[in-house]
Amino acid sequence: MSAYLSVIRLRFINGLQYRTAAIAGLSTQLFFGLIFIMVFVAFYSGTAKTLPMSLSEVVTYVWLQQIFLSLIMLWARDNEIFGLITGGNIAYELCRPVQLYGFWSAKLLAQRLANVVLRCLPITAVVFLLPQPYRMSLPQSWTSFILFLISLLLGLLVVVAISMLIYISVFWTMSPTGSIMMIAVASELLAGMIIPIPLMPEWLQKITFILPFRWTVDFPFRVYSGHIPPAEALWGILIQLFWIAVLAGFGMWCLRTALRKVVIQGG
Amino acid sequence: MIQLEGISKSFKVAERSAGFKQAAKALFVRKHRTVEALSDISFTINEGEIVGYIGPNGAGKSTTIKVMSGVLVPDRGKCSIMGYNPWKDRAAYVKNIGVVFGQRSQLWWDVPVIDSYELLRDIYKIPRAEYKSNLDMLIDTLDLQSIIHMPVRQLSLGQRMRCEIAASLLHSPKVLFLDEPTIGLDAVSKIAVRQFIKTINEQKGVTVILTTHDMHDIEALANRILMIGKGTLLYDGSLQELRSRFGTQRTITIDFERHGQPVYIAGTEQLSWTPERAVYSFDNEQIQVAQVIAKLSEQVNLLDVSIDTKPIDEIIVQLYKEHQI
Repeated sequence: MSAYLSVIRLRFINGLQYRTAAIAGLSTQLFFGLIFIMVFVAFYSGTAKTLPMSLSEVVTYVWLQQIFLSLIMLWARDNEIFGLITGGNIAYELCRPVQLYGFWSAKLLAQRLANVVLRCLPITAVVFLLPQPYRMSLPQSWTSFILFLISLLLGLLVVVAISMLIYISVFWTMSPTGSIMMIAVASELLAGMIIPIPLMPEWLQKITFILPFRWTVDFPFRVYSGHIPPAEALWGILIQLFWIAVLAGFGMWCLRTALRKVVIQGG
Repeated sequence: MIQLEGISKSFKVAERSAGFKQAAKALFVRKHRTVEALSDISFTINEGEIVGYIGPNGAGKSTTIKVMSGVLVPDRGKCSIMGYNPWKDRAAYVKNIGVVFGQRSQLWWDVPVIDSYELLRDIYKIPRAEYKSNLDMLIDTLDLQSIIHMPVRQLSLGQRMRCEIAASLLHSPKVLFLDEPTIGLDAVSKIAVRQFIKTINEQKGVTVILTTHDMHDIEALANRILMIGKGTLLYDGSLQELRSRFGTQRTITIDFERHGQPVYIAGTEQLSWTPERAVYSFDNEQIQVAQVIAKLSEQVNLLDVSIDTKPIDEIIVQLYKEHQI
C-alpha cells in the first residue's frame, strides 16, 4: 500500500475511535440545519419577489451543508499538525522518505473523510424523512448527481489545499489562531455557508467569483439541485481543477521555503 | 561512513527581561541574539562503531543529530553520510537511517502500536518478508509481545521507549541516531535498551550514535566518546583514555577492629574516620594500592577492604570544568 493510502487508512481508524463525538456532532448538525431552514422559510414567506433560488433548492442546499460539513468546513483544525510544528515533533516527519506536502494533505483528507463517513448516513436518512417544507429533495437527475459527487470531491481538495496554507503559515506565526480566524470569517461568508451565493447582493457575488471559496460549497451543492445545469457544471469543474493546481503549487513552494529555514522548537 | 566537516549552525533568539514594562517595550523593539549552536564541528565515524555523544545541556548535541538526520540545514560545512548529503538528498537518504528522539514520540497516540508500525512499513516500502522478520526480531529482543496491541497512550514511558526504538529499526537502517534514548527510564528498562543497542550493533553491524546524560549508557555501550561544549568539539577518543587521564584517583574504604586513634598515611588523603571505618583517597600513580594496604595493616586490624575508581560521572564533570563549559 502506498504511504499516502496507508496514512489515510490509519487516520480513518483513528477517526472511528471517536464515536461519542460523532453522535454529538450529528445532533448539532440536525439542530443547526433546522434553525437555518426556519429562517429561510420565514424569509421566503415574507417576500413577494421571485428569488433566484426556490425554497426547496435552498432547503436541499442547507441539508447538504450539514451532511458534508466535515468535508467543507475550513475552520476545522487538525491539532496534530499544529502540534508537530509548534512542538517540534516535525523532526520525525522530516526523517521519513516522503514528500511532506502530500503526506500532510493525505492526513487532512483522511480526517475529513473519516468524520463525514461517520455522520453523513444517519443525517441523510433523517432529512429525507422530515415533513415538508423541511424535507431534502433528490438530485435533479443522475447526471447532476454524478457531477455533484465529482465537484464535491474536487471541492474537498480545494479545502485541503487552502487549509494546508493555514498549516504552513504556522511555521512563521507559531499560532494557528489568527490564520484560522481570518479564514473562518472570510470563508464562511464567501463560500456560501451563511447564505447561498445567488441570494447575495450582486457586488458581493462578484467578489466571490474571483476567490476560490465558493468552489468548495456553493458550487457542488447547486450542481446537486440542478440550479447549476450540467453543461455549466463541467466548466465549473475545470475551474476547480485550476484552483487546486494554483493553491497546491503555491503551498508546496511555501512549504519548501519554510523547511529551508525551519527551526525545530523545543530542543 | 559518516563525515562532518566544519559544520556550523546558529539560531536567532528573541529575548527580553522579565516584567510588564519590558514586555510592552518588546512590542516595539525586539532584541535578538545570535546563538552559535554549532561552530566548526568535524569528525569521522566508521561503519559499525558505537559513538557516545556527550556534553552538558544546550551544548549542541541534539542540533548535531538533527543536522546528521537531515532535519536541519546547517549554515556552513560539509556532511557526507553513506555518500549522501543529509539535507540535500533528504528523501533518498533518510531511508537508510533510523532516528529516535527520546523526548518526542513518533507513534500515533490513540491507536495500537502495531498500526503505527504498519504505517511505517508503507512509508518506507519495506518488503513484507523483511518487515515480518524484523518485527519478530524486535518483538523478541525488546519484549514487546504484550504491549504491541495496546494504544500508545496507555503505555508506560519505558514501554513506549522500547516501542519507539523498535519503530526506528523496522526498515533495517544502517545508521541509528539515538537522542537520549534512556531519558526517564527505570534501571530495568535502561539495561534492556542498552542490551538491545549492543545486540543490533554486533549482529547487524548498525552504526550507532547516541547522545545521553547517563554515563552508564556510555560505559556500557560506547567505545568512543565525542564531547561537545558550547558548540565546539572538545574531546574525541576512547573511554579508557579518558579514564587514564583523569581516573588515576582511587578511594579505599576499610573496616577494622575498633581503633581509638585516627591513622594517617603519607601520600593519601583521609576522607573520613570513625573508630571502625575509614575512607582514604590517593593517586594511583604516586602510591600503589598494595603499599597503602600494607601501611594500613601495620596500624590496624583490617576486616574488609574495598577500592573504587573514580566514577565516570565525576570524570566528566572534571572534563567539563577543564573546558569551562
